[in-house]
Amino acid sequence: MLLRFFLMGLDRKAGIVLAILAILAVAVPVMTLWVPADSPFHLSVFTVSLLGKYLCFALLALALDLVWGYCGILSLGHAAFFAIGGYAMGMYLMRQIGPRGVYGNPVLPDFMVFLNWKELPWYWLGFDQFWFAALMVLVVPGALAFAFGWFAFRSRVTGVYLSIITQALTFALLLAFFRNDMGFGGNNGLTDFKDILGHDIQADGTRVALFVATVAALAFSYMIASGVIASKLGKVLVALRDAESRVRFIGYDTESYKLFAWTLSACMAGVAGALYVPQVGIINPSEFAPASSIEAVIWVAVGGRGTLAGAILGAVLVNMGKSYFTGALPELWLFALGGLFVLVTLFLPKGLLGLWGQLAAKLPGRRKQPGLSEARNSDAQAAGQKGM
Amino acid sequence: MRRALRWLMAVCVVVATSTAAFAADLRPIVQSLGSGGYSGTEKALEQLSEAGDPAAVPVIEALQAGDLQVRKSDNAVVIARKAGDAFALTDPLSGADLGQAAAADLTRIRINNSLRRAISATLGALTLMSPDAGVRRSAADAVFKSRDANALATLETAIAKEQDKGVRAAMEQARAAVLLTGAAAATMPDADVQAAVDTLAARGDRDALVLLNMVAASGASEATKKSAASAIATVEQKLALWGALQNLWYGLSLGSVLLLAAIGLAVTFGVMGVINMAHGEMVMIGAYTTFLVQEFFRAHAPGLFDLSILVALPAAFIVSGGVGIIIERSVIRWLYGRPLETLLATWGLSLALQQAVRSIFGPTNREVGAPSWMSGAFELGGLTITYGRLWIVVFAFAVFAALLAALKRTWFGLSIRAVTQNRPMANAMGIRTARVDALTFGLGSGIAGLAGVALSQIDNVSPNLGQGYILDSFMVVVFGGVGNLWGTLVGALTLGTMNKFLEPYAGAVLGKILVLVFIILFIQRRPRGLFALKGRAVEA
Amino acid sequence: MRTTKLTSSLGIGALAGLAMGALATLATPAQAADDTIKVGILHSLSGTMAISETTLKDVMLMLIDEQNKKGGLLGKKLEPVVVDPASNWPLFAEKARELISKDKVSAVFGCWTSVSRKSVLPVFEELNNILFYPVQYEGEESSRNVFYTGAAPNQQAVPAVDYLMQKEKVQRWVLAGTDYVYPRTTNKILEAYLKSKGVKAEDIMINYTPFGHSDWQSIVADIKKFGSAGKKTAVVSTINGDANVPFYKELGNQGVKAEDIPVVAFSVGEEELAGIDTKPLLGHLAAWNYFQSVETPANAEFIKEWKAYTKNDKRVTNDPMEAHYIGFNMWVKAVEAAGTTEPDKVIDAMVGVSVPNLTGGYSAMLPNHHITKPVLIGEVQENGQFDVVSKTPGLVPGDEWSDYLPDSKDLIADWRKPMSCGNFNVKTGKCGGKGS
Repeated sequence: MLLRFFLMGLDRKAGIVLAILAILAVAVPVMTLWVPADSPFHLSVFTVSLLGKYLCFALLALALDLVWGYCGILSLGHAAFFAIGGYAMGMYLMRQIGPRGVYGNPVLPDFMVFLNWKELPWYWLGFDQFWFAALMVLVVPGALAFAFGWFAFRSRVTGVYLSIITQALTFALLLAFFRNDMGFGGNNGLTDFKDILGHDIQADGTRVALFVATVAALAFSYMIASGVIASKLGKVLVALRDAESRVRFIGYDTESYKLFAWTLSACMAGVAGALYVPQVGIINPSEFAPASSIEAVIWVAVGGRGTLAGAILGAVLVNMGKSYFTGALPELWLFALGGLFVLVTLFLPKGLLGLWGQLAAKLPGRRKQPGLSEARNSDAQAAGQKGM
Repeated sequence: MRRALRWLMAVCVVVATSTAAFAADLRPIVQSLGSGGYSGTEKALEQLSEAGDPAAVPVIEALQAGDLQVRKSDNAVVIARKAGDAFALTDPLSGADLGQAAAADLTRIRINNSLRRAISATLGALTLMSPDAGVRRSAADAVFKSRDANALATLETAIAKEQDKGVRAAMEQARAAVLLTGAAAATMPDADVQAAVDTLAARGDRDALVLLNMVAASGASEATKKSAASAIATVEQKLALWGALQNLWYGLSLGSVLLLAAIGLAVTFGVMGVINMAHGEMVMIGAYTTFLVQEFFRAHAPGLFDLSILVALPAAFIVSGGVGIIIERSVIRWLYGRPLETLLATWGLSLALQQAVRSIFGPTNREVGAPSWMSGAFELGGLTITYGRLWIVVFAFAVFAALLAALKRTWFGLSIRAVTQNRPMANAMGIRTARVDALTFGLGSGIAGLAGVALSQIDNVSPNLGQGYILDSFMVVVFGGVGNLWGTLVGALTLGTMNKFLEPYAGAVLGKILVLVFIILFIQRRPRGLFALKGRAVEA
Repeated sequence: MRTTKLTSSLGIGALAGLAMGALATLATPAQAADDTIKVGILHSLSGTMAISETTLKDVMLMLIDEQNKKGGLLGKKLEPVVVDPASNWPLFAEKARELISKDKVSAVFGCWTSVSRKSVLPVFEELNNILFYPVQYEGEESSRNVFYTGAAPNQQAVPAVDYLMQKEKVQRWVLAGTDYVYPRTTNKILEAYLKSKGVKAEDIMINYTPFGHSDWQSIVADIKKFGSAGKKTAVVSTINGDANVPFYKELGNQGVKAEDIPVVAFSVGEEELAGIDTKPLLGHLAAWNYFQSVETPANAEFIKEWKAYTKNDKRVTNDPMEAHYIGFNMWVKAVEAAGTTEPDKVIDAMVGVSVPNLTGGYSAMLPNHHITKPVLIGEVQENGQFDVVSKTPGLVPGDEWSDYLPDSKDLIADWRKPMSCGNFNVKTGKCGGKGS
C-alpha cells in the first residue's frame, strides 16, 4: 500500500531527480574520503558542507513548492518552520556539549551560565536524547503549522492576506527568539557544537554522513511530495489552487485538504532546518527574518513553480550564485542577484524548468506539457478584480 | 537678623552693578579661568558667582560658547572669535580690540559637563536682573534647577522689582526651591516652609514633586509634612492623567509615522495590486534626496537652511516618483495580472537599489539636520510635545487628505479608479491605461518619497532605511483592508496607539510581538481587513 | 506574454553562464601563488552591518597597501582577499572556511558582532588559523586562535562608570541597551559593580529594546521621569548601531541635556555621529580606547593617510579602526619574529608583542590574547568629534573573564605553554571551566 503510494509518483522526471540524488549520495563520499587529495576528482570537505547546505535549502524549497505550486498558498513564512526545526536540532547539539563548555557546567549551556540561570528551563528537558529532538523536529513545526493553518483556513484567509500574516508570524518569532529571556541564546543563538550521536561534528566522516543523510531526506521528501501530488488528494489540491470556491461547492472539505498539505510541508521544512544546523554550525534568530522566507520563494520561482524538481534546481543554483558572487564580486553581488530575479521573472515566467518545457515543446513529435496556465489565469482574475 | 543681612547684601550688589568699579577686581579671577584645568576653571567660576557682578556675564557666555581662549605668548585670557583663517581677539572684560592671532597661538579653555552646569547656574544668578523678560525667566529656571544659595539675595531683589506675573511666579518657585534645600531649611519658621510648599504645589510638575518629597522626608513639623503629603498626592494624580494623555500622543505620533510609510504602499499595493517590495527603497530615495538638497543649501545658501525641508518635499516627490515611473515602464508593466511575480521582481529591484545607494553614498549614515522650526519641544499642560513629531503628524494627515482629494476629485483620480476597477472598459472609454498605470505607480512612489523626507528627521539615513518600514507598511495596509485608504488611516493609528500603550507594561520587544499576534488573530476574524471591500469583486 | 524569443534566449544565456561560473569555482581550488602572503578580510559589505564594517575593510586595504610600499613582509608582497559575508551569520562561517581552506590565507581580520565571531570560532579552531577581532565585546571568551584587539568590559564600561561616579557625582543609573549578549553581559557586570559600590537596587533601571528600534519617545520620557527623583542620574547606553541615531535625535528633541542627564555610550563613535546633528548632544559621553581628536603625531599621520586613501576629506576614524591598526602591526611583528606565517608559530610569537597605538603609548598582547589599552572618556562636541575629558593614567589590561560575574570570577586564560588554556580555574587548578 505504502509502496504503491510511492510508486504512483514516479514518472520520468522523478526518475531523473532520484537518479541524480543517488549518484550524489554515492559519488560525493567516494570523491571526498577515498580519492587522494591531489587528484582532480577529489572534493574538499568544504565543498561537501557547501553542497549539503544547498540541499537543505533545496528541501525547504521543495516543501514550499508543495504548498505554493500545488495548493496555491503563498507562504512568506516558511523559514520559520525551517528555523524551528533547526532550533530543535541545535538544542540537542547544545546538550551534547555537556561539561565541555567554557564554564564547564555539565547541564547548562554557556549562555545560560553567564546570564545567571540556575536551572534548565522545562522546554529544554528531553533534548539530551536524540530521538526526542528528532521527534520535536517534526512535531513542533507541524503543530505550529497545524494551529496556524487551522485558524487561517477555516476563516478563509487567502491570497495576499495569508502571505502577509505568515510574514507577521515569522517576524513575531524573530523578535521572540531575539529576546534573551526566552532561553534560546538570544542574538548569538546556539553555536560551538561538538558531537552528534557521539561523532565529532567536524570530522570529515561526520560531514559526509550528514551530507548523505541530507540527500536521503531530500529524496524521501521528494517521493512523498510526488506521491501526494499523483494521488487523488493531489488532484484535489491542484483543483483548490485553481478554483477554490468551485471545489468547495462540489462538496469537498477544502480546509482539511489545505491543512494536510500545509502541515506536511512545515514538517519537511523542519527536517531541512534540522539537517542544516549541524552542517553550518550555528542557528540564530536571523533565520526567522522575513527576508529569508521571501528568498525561499524566489528559489522556487527561479526553478519553476509547481514542478518540485524546479524548486530543487532553483534553490541550488541561486545559492551557488550567492556563494560565488559574495567571493568574486563582493561589492557588486547584490546587483547580480537582484538583476537575476528581475530577469527571471521577466523572461522566464515559468522558471528554468518551464523553459525546458518550452524548448522541449518545440522539438518535433512532442506535445506541450500541461503547465501552470490555469494557475496563472486565476492569479490574473484575482489581480483584475482589485479595485478601490 | 539673617534676613536683614541678606537684604543688605542684595542692595550692595544692585548698587555695585551700576559701577565699573568691580571690573578691576574681576580681572584676576577671569585670568585664573585659564589655568588649572577643569578644576581650576571651576574654582574661578565659583569666585565669579560669589562676586555676583553682571560684568562677568559676557566672559561666562564666551566660556560657554568655547570662545574663551588663552594666548600662548603671555598666558592672557582673551575672547577669540573666528575671523577668516585667524581669530580676532578682544579683552574679555573691557571688550577692547587686542588684534589677531593664529589658531596655533591659542589654547581653548575646555569645558565639561560639570562646568557647563556651573555656567548655567552662574549665568542664571547673574542675569536675574536683566532688562529682557525672557532672559529673566530662563535665569529663574536655571536657579530653580541649580538651587544656588548665592543667588538667593539677588532673587529676593528681583522678585520685589518684577512686573511680569509669569516671570515672578517662576522666580518665587526658584526661591522656594532654594529655601527648602538650603542649609537654613531646618531652622526656617513653619510659615515660610508652608508658603514654599504651596508655591511648589501650584507648580505641580515632576521637579516640584522631587522637592515636595524632600520636605515630606525632612524634619519639618507634622502640619507641614501633612500638607506636603497632600500636595504630593494631588500632583501625582495630575501627573498620571497627563501621562495617559502623553501616551496617546506618542501613539498618535507613531501612528502617523506608520501612516506616512504605508500610504504610498496603499496606492501601489492597495490600489494597483503590485506587491511592491521596493516600496521601502522609494522611502529611502526620498530621504537621500533630502540629504542632497540639504547639502546644496549648506554649500550655497546656509542662511536659508530652514527652508531646505520645504524644497526637499517636491524634490523627493519628483525623484522617487520618477524612479517609480521608470520601474513601472521597464519591469512592472510586463507583470500585470501576475501579482506574485511582482513580488519577486520588486524584491530583486530593492536589493539592487540598496546596493546602488550604498555604492554612491557609502554605507554609513548621512546627516540630515532639523530646521530650527522642527527642533525642540514645548509644554502643553503636562504634555511634552516635540516640534518634529508635531509637524510629522500634521504632514501625515495633510498627505492623506491630499491623496484622498486627488483620487476622488480629479480627472486623474477618476482614471485611476476606472482602470483599476475595469481595465478593458476604461480602455474602451478612451483612457490611456498604460499611461495611467505608470502615473499611478509614480504617484505611490512619490508619496513614499515624501515619507522619506519626514523619516529622515527621526531615523537613520542609510541604505537600510527602507527595510525597517516595509513589513510594518504591509501590516498596516493589510490590517486596514487592501484597497481602502481610510482603512490604512485607521489601521496605522490603531497599531501605533496600541503599540505605545503596550510598551510601558510589556516592554518594547514584547509589545511589538503582541501587536503582531493581534494582527494575525484579527485577520482570522476579518479575513479581508478592517474595511473589507464588499460586493462581487471580492471573491476571486 | 510579450517575451520575445531573442530576449528569452538572452535570459537563458545569462543563467547558463552564471551556473557554469558557479560550478567552476566550486570545483577548482584557487591557485595559491607562492610569492605572496594572503590576508583574509571578513567584513560585511552588504546587509545591516555594512554600515559599520565596510570602513574596516577599507582600513585593512590601506594598511596592507602601506605595508607593501614598505617592502611587504618576509620579502613577499601581501595580498588582501576580500569576501562579503553579507551580515549573514552562517555565511560568516562558510566564508571563513573558504578563506582558510580555499584561498589559504595566513590570517583573517574580521567580524564585528559577537554572533559572527561565535559563528566563525569553531572554523578557526578546527582549521587552526588566526582571527583578529577589532570590536569591543562582552568578554567571557578566550580562544587560542583569536586575538581580541577591541576592549573587554573592564577596558570600557567600568572606567566610564567610575568617571561618572567621581566626576559627575551620579547616584542613579539607567542601563539602556539593545537586547543581545553584549548589553546583557555588560549590564550584568555593571549592575554587580554598582551594587558593590553601594548603589541601591531601586536606583538602577534596566531597559532593553529590539534591534533597530526607531521609536524612542516613551523610553526617553521614562528616562526623564526616572531622572527627576532628586538624585543625579546618568544613562549608560549599550544601544547598538542603527538604533542610536533615532535615540539621540529623540534625546535632543525632548531636551535631555548632558548637564542634567548625561548619556555615556559604548557603541557610539565618530562614524555613528557623522549621521547626526550633534548640536543638541553637546556634552554626552562615550568611552573608547581611541578618539580621532587625540593629538599625537602617530594619530595625525594615520588620519592624513586615511583621508588620502579614501580620497575624502570628511571621512572620520574610530576605535575599531585603531584596533585593526594595532592588530595588523602586531601580526606583522610576530610574523617577522617567527620568520614564517605558519599559524602555530605566529600564535606563539604573538604573546608579548608590543606596538605603538595611536594615543601615544604602546599596546601589548597579553597571554589571554587581549591587549593593553588606555581608556578615554570623551564628550561630544558640536563638530561631531569627541573632546577627551578623562584618560586613565596607565594602560588597562583586557580582562576576558569578568570578576563581577559569579561563574567567571575564578577563571583566567593563559595561552603560553605549558598552561595553554582559555578557561583555567584558579580554584580547582584545572583547565576547563568550573569542572564537575
